[in-house]
Amino acid sequence: MSLHSTLRSTSGRLGVCGILLFLLLCAMLVSLRFGSLKLPLEEIVSALWTHEPGIHYQILYNIRLPRILLGALVGGCFALSGAILQGVMRNPLASPGIIGVSAGGGLAGILVMLAFPQFSSLLVPAAFAGALATAVLVYLLAWKRGVSPVRLILAGVAVSAMLGAFSSTVLLFNAEKAGGILDFSIGSLSTRSWPQIRMVWPYMLVGFSGAFFLGNKLNILALGDDVAVGLGMRVEWIRFSLLSVAALLAASAVSVAGLLGFVGLIAPHIVRMLIGSDNRFLLPASALFGGFMVVVCDSLGRMVLEPSELPVGIPMALMGPPFFLWLLRRHSYET
Amino acid sequence: MKLEVNSLCGGYGGKLVLDGVEFTVRSGSIVTLLGANGCGKSTLLKIIGRILKPKSGSVLLDGKAISRIKTGDLARELAILPQLHHASGELSVEELVAFGRFPHRGLMPGATVRDREIIDRSIRMTRLESLRKRPLYTLSGGERQRAWVAMTLAQEPGVLLLDEPTTFLDVCCQFEIIDVVRRLNQQYGVTVVMVLHDLNLAASCSDELILMKNHKIHCAGTPASVITRENLRAVFEIESKITVSEEGIPYCIATGSARGEAL
Repeated sequence: MSLHSTLRSTSGRLGVCGILLFLLLCAMLVSLRFGSLKLPLEEIVSALWTHEPGIHYQILYNIRLPRILLGALVGGCFALSGAILQGVMRNPLASPGIIGVSAGGGLAGILVMLAFPQFSSLLVPAAFAGALATAVLVYLLAWKRGVSPVRLILAGVAVSAMLGAFSSTVLLFNAEKAGGILDFSIGSLSTRSWPQIRMVWPYMLVGFSGAFFLGNKLNILALGDDVAVGLGMRVEWIRFSLLSVAALLAASAVSVAGLLGFVGLIAPHIVRMLIGSDNRFLLPASALFGGFMVVVCDSLGRMVLEPSELPVGIPMALMGPPFFLWLLRRHSYET
Repeated sequence: MKLEVNSLCGGYGGKLVLDGVEFTVRSGSIVTLLGANGCGKSTLLKIIGRILKPKSGSVLLDGKAISRIKTGDLARELAILPQLHHASGELSVEELVAFGRFPHRGLMPGATVRDREIIDRSIRMTRLESLRKRPLYTLSGGERQRAWVAMTLAQEPGVLLLDEPTTFLDVCCQFEIIDVVRRLNQQYGVTVVMVLHDLNLAASCSDELILMKNHKIHCAGTPASVITRENLRAVFEIESKITVSEEGIPYCIATGSARGEAL
């Protein structure tokens, strides 16, 4: 059996998921070890195991560990959101960044941070409202006797551009307050810790569960609307539910890491080149790989310019696309 | 299952493609819709299959309006294979056929013993046993079409709607599809409504033919009563010779266009 058909079999796909999980855990462990303070593995284990209070424990437990966990979660959310959007819209270009979902969530988030800093605890719900409102707006704009995937993506690109302009305007006029906000538009994980994790995990959990339950429906949707209706699926309702899940995932990620691009577009494609487009496997594998990508890029961002650091969005934008293009050239890839 | 279509009007946007269509399909019969391109056959089939909403009129399944049946419940009674269907080519035959069990699944994922039996039966009926693990992109056009038909069989429908199931297939593959339809009809009493373009194929396998012209039914009845020179000239604008076989099945040979003669 060739490698290609092995990867497309159920056991092969599960194997790839297992390997991706292993890679993610390795990346997290390596990332825990390196940084401005380098610790041998034994010390990491003993510090975290014994909870011995001290500078090592502080750095590991309160700075690195939550940041790495958050990186994995954020990457997983963006990638999962992208994989769902690509499936719902039957369009390889779809991703939270391109379809306007991130931009909508981002604008709502920026407004909350600048105009109503006292309500910062409502950041995620606000971003979700923004993301979902954008998704619904795009959906309605594309509606004309049902939604065509092409109209949907064009409407998304247009709305995304407009919302981006609004965000830039708001940022420009608040340049003095916008120090931390520059981070936001590039995508960064620095200074994120347990409070941010506590803030987003319930939303992420809902998003991940939704994706888990709707994955198989995405496969039926891929057969075409007419066939899906014939099989008794409430197509418009399922599409809307999937859009909501994608919006929730992207919004929770945007709320803590900002407008981190590329993961949502690239991670699902890379995974698809490996294991094909069966969404039952594609969704979890994309989530794992997205988490891996963000953890690796964030670690690099922390290491290359020590002691200062690059926000994760920059290594992502520098390394993601070339790697992606290399894969694209190597594989006979058709969507 | 009995199917009734009552004064059905429908179309796309402001354009009326069906104008007051009415007919009844007896339970357990095979009915074929015939007509020139654009006469409304596919639209009619889509409305019967609730893919398209009618502008007025109703479709009754065993006396009950399909608009009042939940789409998921209806999918256990009625299956439709649209004309254009696409699937990710890497899907295997078995995986495609398994989608037919979707309307029968409860909340629990995974196939039950009965699901597996029906999937096996559908694959057997379409003679795809040796291809069941193969991805769709490795199949020929005829094999792929049989796989799609197998998916609709797995729905265990009482009524099966097929939109041009034999178009683009070679002669042998056409008969393979029609054979499956016939066996399904004879062994399980499934009512079949389909759109075909080949008049002779339609006449040989149908209990009743419906000829459509200009968004209306021109005539309907047994193949022998419908396939006449006058009807074919009126509907398809062709001149033809018609012979009738020993079994009473009409066979027509088109001899030329009848367009322009009226000028």
